[in-house]
This record gives sequence, structure tokens and C-alpha cells, in this order.
Amino acid sequence: MISRRKMDSLIEKLIFGCGIAAIVLVALIFFFLLREGLSFFAQYKFTEFLSGKFWYPTSSPGKFGILPMIMGSLFVTLGAAVIAVPIGVMAAFYISEVAPLSIRDILKSGIELLAAIPSVVIGFIGMVTIVPLIRNLFDLPTGLSAFSGSLVLAFMAMPTIVSISEDAIRAVPWTYKEGALSLGATKWQTMYRVVLPAAAPGILAAVMLGIGRVIGETMAVMMITGNAAAIPGSLFDPVRTLTATIASEMGETVRGSIHYQGLFAIGLVLFIITFIINFIADTFLNRGRK
Amino acid sequence: MVDERKEKIVAKDLNCWFGKAPSVKALNISIYENEILGVIGPSNSGKTTFLRTINRLNELNNNFKQTGQVLLDGKDVNSLDTESLRKRCGMVFALPLPLPMSIYENVGYGPIRHGIKSKKEIDEIVEKSLISASLWDEVKDRLDASAMKLSGGQQQRLCIARTLAVEPEVILYDEPCSGLDPISTAKVEETMLELKKKYTIILVTNNVKQASRVSDRTAFFLMGELVEIDKTSNLFVSPKDQRTEGYITGRYG
Amino acid sequence: MNAKISQKIAFSVLFLVTLFIIIPVLIIVFIIIKEGASAISWEFLFTAPKDGMRAGGIFPAIVGTLSIVLCAIAITLPMGVMAAIYINEYARDNLLTRIIKLSIVNLAGVPSVVYGLFGLGVFVMFLKMGVSIIAGALTLSIMELPVIITTSRNALNAVPQSFREASLSLGVSKWQTIRHIVLPNALPGIMTGAILSIARISGETAPILFTAAAFYVPHLPRSVFDQVMALPYHLYIISTQIPNMPRNITYGTALTLLMLVLAMSVTAISLRIYFRKKKKW
Repeated sequence: MISRRKMDSLIEKLIFGCGIAAIVLVALIFFFLLREGLSFFAQYKFTEFLSGKFWYPTSSPGKFGILPMIMGSLFVTLGAAVIAVPIGVMAAFYISEVAPLSIRDILKSGIELLAAIPSVVIGFIGMVTIVPLIRNLFDLPTGLSAFSGSLVLAFMAMPTIVSISEDAIRAVPWTYKEGALSLGATKWQTMYRVVLPAAAPGILAAVMLGIGRVIGETMAVMMITGNAAAIPGSLFDPVRTLTATIASEMGETVRGSIHYQGLFAIGLVLFIITFIINFIADTFLNRGRK
Repeated sequence: MVDERKEKIVAKDLNCWFGKAPSVKALNISIYENEILGVIGPSNSGKTTFLRTINRLNELNNNFKQTGQVLLDGKDVNSLDTESLRKRCGMVFALPLPLPMSIYENVGYGPIRHGIKSKKEIDEIVEKSLISASLWDEVKDRLDASAMKLSGGQQQRLCIARTLAVEPEVILYDEPCSGLDPISTAKVEETMLELKKKYTIILVTNNVKQASRVSDRTAFFLMGELVEIDKTSNLFVSPKDQRTEGYITGRYG
Repeated sequence: MNAKISQKIAFSVLFLVTLFIIIPVLIIVFIIIKEGASAISWEFLFTAPKDGMRAGGIFPAIVGTLSIVLCAIAITLPMGVMAAIYINEYARDNLLTRIIKLSIVNLAGVPSVVYGLFGLGVFVMFLKMGVSIIAGALTLSIMELPVIITTSRNALNAVPQSFREASLSLGVSKWQTIRHIVLPNALPGIMTGAILSIARISGETAPILFTAAAFYVPHLPRSVFDQVMALPYHLYIISTQIPNMPRNITYGTALTLLMLVLAMSVTAISLRIYFRKKKKW
């Protein structure tokens, strides 16, 4: 029979182990991606990889240029940001500052509902509604395009942008607002002259996290952007993102082949990009908190 | 005249900081067994900090630093294990802190955690402690009721009972009556005088009159320093230090 | 009054913009219900697919999803709660703690497909689990860990510090205090977070793409080392790769997945509201 003291101490050691699990996991993921990635870069030049315009993994020798996919991810992400950021931030202001309490709850539930819908379901609906719509509206050969992707992804990024911006807005001390209002400013003037600048770090963090979410999205883009691994000429061309490349090709590669390792290399690139984005967002959040 | 009573708690050159801010400065003090020591002084004079060095509760704060020693029965409290130390030195806080459970469970919490399993034993401990805390008569018929439903004064006496249930040797009172009405305050003070027979008591209080009513000796703290300590009657009638006099007569504080 | 008028205009714009977000959500849910409701039947939910997925039911996909997700939460919940306990109750304010917190933030931001890649490399290949429920569950559990840690930390923080002080001052050890006072009172928040996590990971496709999911498995899973069908993956394939798919079956699959996720989310939120009312302090 182990004494209670010894049992306590064992459990506390287990707790500590779990505490550092997060560090261990991040390191593990990075190391694993790095391992396969480095094997890839031993066989294929890094600069060729980043700037190459052709992704023909199955030809021999294979060409593994990810520039088209970088452009694809970039177009879709920036497009989504341009749509989602203004709308999301404005909605956040409406919900936290203007909406009457009863409506506020309904709106917040609506946004939580959106957040709960699985991405494959949104991708499916986008595929059957937005894609034909875009095709007809702009008279294109196909509605599968970066633009359609941006629309749908902007929509998916909303809950993140809205709720974190909301937190930032509500964190602005009411004394700031009170000061402005007592000097005769209207509520609207107070909002954009006082609250917006004060909440700016938090809102920026929300935007970065929203962008991070968009870059990482896989299923919806696969179903909507067309999966064409060619450098897009315009926003209305089909594109393929980095994430979609991994998802659509991994099933068909031979384990351990250069194609397989190339996909891991893409994974490594994605990991680093999102690492940086999240680091920056976290810095903004912490600065905002102080 | 040499004091022949046993020293229960001694502080030697005790200095405490929270981050860079000093809280207790060069404290040397002895507390004798079975006395009630009153500790008075304005806010932020280090009274509570000092109290909490005895049961090492300051350690809960990440920026707490300490030099010097605090001895319990001659042994440095830092060398004792915290569980038995805190069992021996119980604390009653400024705000009553009932745990979110029934009255019975609150008082029985300590003994059960310390390993007592027989219900009969726990029943006896609960009754004994509630009697010593002058709460038994008011709650004996509803031991299963939630402790949160008691009045402030009752809750505080519950906390005293809870502390007594683990059979401490020292009871540290940290401004225990600050939130209580005069009747509850009187009950708590009455209990204290009874308890002195079995326990050593330190009473930190913002209420100078309370110290004069209850304590055997009184210590006056100002800005982290021990200014003066003497038999209560002496301190209040003829304080040796001007600052003590100023505080007692209400000129500041 | 110029300022008042611009305020009115501004506020109306903000309102419309917000509607811009809410209305499509309702439209989506409406469309799915309208087009998919006709497919929902006892047969649909409880039998296997027939005719190359174009008829019959989606029972194996439902079972597959539930097996993966329940395994995943069984792994991640204890780990996440213990990690949260470590960070909130034990960790000091030092560099190690900051690195831990940073790692959690980063884990939270990693794309789901990268987790899938990691799961493939480590669980399926390196640990030789093969494409299986357990590989998928482990992958999902790592992905969900930061979320569980964060919600558990919030639940732990909600327990007043005074309870801990009261318990410690009685000579009760730190772990015993956590076990008997802090954890029981944080449990409702932790449970709510767990159920919300289950709802989230039920809808995830990318992490299970190469680690657990198969398009057609002729039998229900017999062990954790089996491949399984899964709802989100099934929806993806039938909507993009099966020609002549009856419309209502595709929508019905989407509806089933949506209802599963929503039912769990609503349960979690109701629990949260219930426990907030029942609070003992």
C-alpha cells in the first residue's frame, strides 16, 4: 500500500509531465516535419522549391515548385482578409457597442452557430451555391476560383475575428468612453476616435488569428477553388493552396518517395508560417492586455 | 525580570519583500505559549505579512521573498513540512471563508483529509469543535445545511471551528472581526479568551479597542517595523514611543 | 444635427453588416434541412450504404466518427486537464512557464492538415499503427489539446482563490486541495469544454484523411486498429467524387453531420447555463 504522500508526489510528477507535454509536442511536430523536409531538400534545391513555377510531382524527374500554391494561398487569404476584416470588425463593434441586449444574444448565438458548422459542410454548400453563382454572375467558364474561395473563407474566418475583436473592444476601460462622452462626443464619434485606437492591438491580433485560420483551411478550399496547380492570372482563376496540395495528393504518394517528402516540406512551410502569425498575434494580445 | 514562559514562536531578523517593496523590516519578536498577543498598527504595516510567515502562506505569492528566521518551538518553520506546520498553526481570515459544502463537511474537512476515517470519530470532532467555537447550539440541528447560508458571524465561527478541528497549537487571527457586527464580534472575542487556555493566539487587528479588551500583550507595528511591544495594560496607559501614542490616541492611522 | 445624423447612418451600416454575417448562416442551415430532410429515415441512419454509396444508409460512417472522436477525447481530456492544473496551480512565473504557454498558442494555430501529416508520419508509419481509429484518435487528440487546456484553465481560474487558502491553512496538501476542492468545483466548466471539443472534432476531415478514414469499409470496426468510415470524409467524397449521387442523400449526410455537431454544442451550452445557476458559491 503506497503511502498517501508518495501517491501525491507521483501524481504531481504526472501533472508536471503533462504540463510540459505541449512543449514536447510542438518540438516533436517540428522535428518530424523537419526530418522529412530535410530529406527532401537533400534531393531538391530549396530555392527551386520556393520559386519554381511548376508542380509536376509524378513526372520524372519530378518538378516541385510551390510558387503556384504560394500564390494560390496568398490570393485566397488576402481576398478573404479584405472581405472579412472590415465586415468582422464592424460587426464586432455593432455587437459590443450598439446592439440592444436582447439582439446581442441572438447575434452572438448566430456567430457561435457559424463557428460550429464543420468546414466540409460549409465547403459543400459553397460548392453548390456560391460556385455556380460566381460562374453565372461573372460569366466565367467555371466558378471554381480564388474569388469564390475568398468569399467562403472570409465567412469562415468571421467567428474568430468577431469574437476576439469583441473581447478587445470590451476590454477598453469604460473611463475612456466616459471621458469622451462627457465632453460632448456622440457614441459613434467615441467609438471610432477612442475605442477603436484603444482596442487596436487586440483587433489586430484577431485579424492575424483569422488569417491564420484561413491559411490553414483545407477542405473548403479543396471543394471551391478548383485545385489547378498553376500560377493564377487573376482572382477569378482556379487556384490551389498549399493545404489543398497536401490533402489531395497524400493519398496517392508512395510512402518515403520524394513526392511524399515534398508534401512534408510543404507542411513544414505551413507550420513555420502559422507559427510566425500566431506568435505575432499573441504578442499583440499580451501588449493589449497590459 | 527574566520571562520564564516558554517561547512558542520567535522571529529573528525577519525581512519580507513582495517584489521590490519591503513589507517587514528587521523584525525580532517572541510570542509565549498560551498568551494572546495583539498586533495593532495602520494598514500596510506588515502585520498580516508577519502572521502569514508563521504558517508560510506568503509562499502562495510568486514574488514573495524572505530573509531571517521564524521559529516554532525552536525549529525553523521553513525546515518543517508545510502540511504539519499549517496543521499546528491554524488561521482565521479576515473574511469568513466557508468552503462550498455543508456545515458538517466544513468542520470535518481537515480531519478527513488528515486520514481520520471513522464517522463516529468525525462526529465527535465536529461537535467538540463547534462547541469550542460557540456555534454548536445554533447549528446542531442542521449540520447538513450549506455553510454558505449562515450569517457572516456564524460563518466566521464556523471557520474557527474548522481550524480547531485539526487540533492546532497556535491560532492566527487575521482581523477576524472586520466584517462582523458587534454581537458576532463579542462572541468571537469571548471564544478567544476561552481558547487561550489551550492554545497560543496571535490576533492581528485594525481595531485598537479590541486589542485592549482581549490581548495579554500588544505589539505595535508601523511601516513594517515593530515599534513597541509590552503588556497590554502598560502599552495603552503609558506607551514608551511617541508613534505608539499617536496611533492609540487616534492622531493618525 | 450633423453628428447625430452621421451616427444614425453609421449605426445602420453596422447593423446591416452584422446581418450580412448572420443571414447566410441561417440560409445554410435552412438549405441543408430543406434538401436533406427527405433522406433522413431509420434506414438512412442505421444501415450500411448500398449501390456505391448512392443508396442505403450511413450508419458505418456515424459509428466510425463516434469511435474516433470518443477515443480522442478519452486521450486528450485527462492530459489536457492535468496540463491545465500544472500551469495554473503549480507553475512558477519563469521562462519554462512562458515557453509552455507559447507552445500551447502555437499548437492551437497549426493547420489541421499539418496535424494529419504529423499523424501519418508518427502514428501510422513510425509507430506502425496503420490507418486506424487509434491513429486518427491520437492525431485529433493532439490537435485538440490546446483547446482543452485553455477551457480547463478558465474553469480552474473560476474557482475562488479563497477556497484554496482556506484548505491549505488547515494543513491539507496542495494536491489534496486540488483534488477535493478545486477540481470538483471546476468540473462543470471542464465538462462543457470537453463536449464542445467533441462537437468540433466530429466535423474535422483533414486530420483523419490519412490516419483513420477509408471510403468504404465492409464491416463495422472490430478493434481500434481498424480503418473506419467517417461522416465528414464521407460527405467530402460523395459530394466531389461520386457521379450521379442522389441529391438528397448528399444533403442528408450533411444534415446528419450538422445535427450531430449542433446537438452536442447545444448540450454543452445548456450544461454551462445549468451549472451557472446551480453554483454553490
